[in-house]
Amino acid sequence: MNEQTRNLIENLMAEYVSFIDNDELEQWPELFTEKCLYSVTNRENHAQGYAHGAIWANSRGMLKDRVSALREANIYEEQVYRHIGDAVRLITLENDIATVQSNFMVVRTMHTGEIHLFATGMYLDRIRIQGDTALFEERIVVCDSQKFDTLLAIPL
Amino acid sequence: MTDIIATSGGIKWPSDKVSTIPFQVYTDENQYKIENERIFKGSTWNYLCLNAELPEPGSFIVSRIGETPIVITRDEEGQLNGFVNRCAHRGSLLCLKHKGKAENLTCVYHAWSYDLKGNLTGVAFQRGVKRQGGMPEQFKKENHNLRKIHVTEFSGLVFGSFSDDAPDIETYLGSEIAGRIRRVLNRPVRILGHNTQILNNNWKLYMENTKDSYHASILHTFFTTFELNRLNQKGGIIVDESGGNHVSYSMIDPSLSNDDYGNQNIRSSKDEYRLEDPSLLDGVDEYGDGVTLQILTVFPGLVLQQIQNAIAIRQIVPTGVETTELVWTYLGFQDDDDAMVERRLKQANLAGPAGFISMEDGAVGNFVQRGINGTEEDTSVVMMGGETAENQAFRATETSVRGFWKKYRTLIEGQVPNA
Repeated sequence: MNEQTRNLIENLMAEYVSFIDNDELEQWPELFTEKCLYSVTNRENHAQGYAHGAIWANSRGMLKDRVSALREANIYEEQVYRHIGDAVRLITLENDIATVQSNFMVVRTMHTGEIHLFATGMYLDRIRIQGDTALFEERIVVCDSQKFDTLLAIPL
Repeated sequence: MTDIIATSGGIKWPSDKVSTIPFQVYTDENQYKIENERIFKGSTWNYLCLNAELPEPGSFIVSRIGETPIVITRDEEGQLNGFVNRCAHRGSLLCLKHKGKAENLTCVYHAWSYDLKGNLTGVAFQRGVKRQGGMPEQFKKENHNLRKIHVTEFSGLVFGSFSDDAPDIETYLGSEIAGRIRRVLNRPVRILGHNTQILNNNWKLYMENTKDSYHASILHTFFTTFELNRLNQKGGIIVDESGGNHVSYSMIDPSLSNDDYGNQNIRSSKDEYRLEDPSLLDGVDEYGDGVTLQILTVFPGLVLQQIQNAIAIRQIVPTGVETTELVWTYLGFQDDDDAMVERRLKQANLAGPAGFISMEDGAVGNFVQRGINGTEEDTSVVMMGGETAENQAFRATETSVRGFWKKYRTLIEGQVPNA
């Protein structure tokens, strides 16, 4: 992987985290290709080959709907995430598609000040690189635990 | 006899009715212990797992009844067996894995081993080592089997009971509820996935929430916000004779529409809040009866959900007075084609820990739990649609919530309340 490709991927990862953690969720779907796959699953489901995701979307439109539902329809207490990630490991790079994986940890802080370690896991990504643009074609969020405390409103 | 001060274990109820609920039932440690004896270990059928999760002889899976760890096995003859997941020797957990396949169950602590029917078959060093130690003559293996429970199956759902007095499962469910389970689980299932939602509230607050059709269109605003209104729906509530089991449903009313269901049922008028990808709601009428939503509960801890084509089982497992786990199993059927699987995966966004029309239910029980802190001597009021627990042809009612308390008080107090 050349330096430019790595920069594009790392920038994509940083924007992803920034849009979620800084409540710029409207920008978040723009990091995906029009047809895409975003799924929040867990290690057990993933190991068994179960396709279900607590959040499951196969279009950018579905991701936008998730954001507008959070803004306009769903009721949940004010909360913020802080994502902590590590270096991105390149698995393959073929025909403009980079397959990469990285680890994440998400700490959730409620408006009441309570802090929880909310999720840890692995991002399994297929990233389409065209010119100077990198977008997620697929992001499978594999949580280590099958449990979510209370609810999963904001995407991981 | 409304002036009777009935007692429910240690808790005083204001009357023998089920329309006024003491908050203490959600906070009292002693009540929680009484529930374990009279409800979870009482004459109830507790959902444990799917038949499909025990596919062959030797299959085992762990589950819980109340907080009690349970293991379910399929033995060599293909029969289901259930027992407390606890070694008869020192009480250690026996199966440490969630599920698997085994010829026998052996405790890691001292290697006592049991057959798939729960009978003790081997005790390590029973005769001692070099003629020293070992079990005395009077120790008989047959007196130290695993603690067995009754297990029964209905439409692919496996239930367990500690009690010899639980009626047969069809009687327990009631004919209308049984029919509604058969309706949904009418062919071999395929599991699409699992997850678990931690609810920071007493288990009963979740069960009541699921039975409460009053809150649905108020707390969950997804359908109304996106103007996904169904113009031709009717619905109703069925509560079984015992009160504990219920069905809430909505369906196309053929008298209100002759139009094509697919084009007519979903309308979106406000551009502002239009779904970008309305394929989320491309449901098909897979049961051919126009029922678009059916939420069904079986006392004390099962919810069977059909929201369009999103089918799921929710097992309600108490983990403390003020904590509960909601174990979700998302289902399809073995005859689903790829398009149907995709439809179910999309519609699964409607329910679950991140569900568009259910995520609030993960939090609202905790709002009650926090709200009643310190004033447990007060009561809540459950009077929408009357004070009893009968079938009703509308959903602006709390009739099935009262049904829950009818069953609850019957088990706790040993007599049927005025419901």
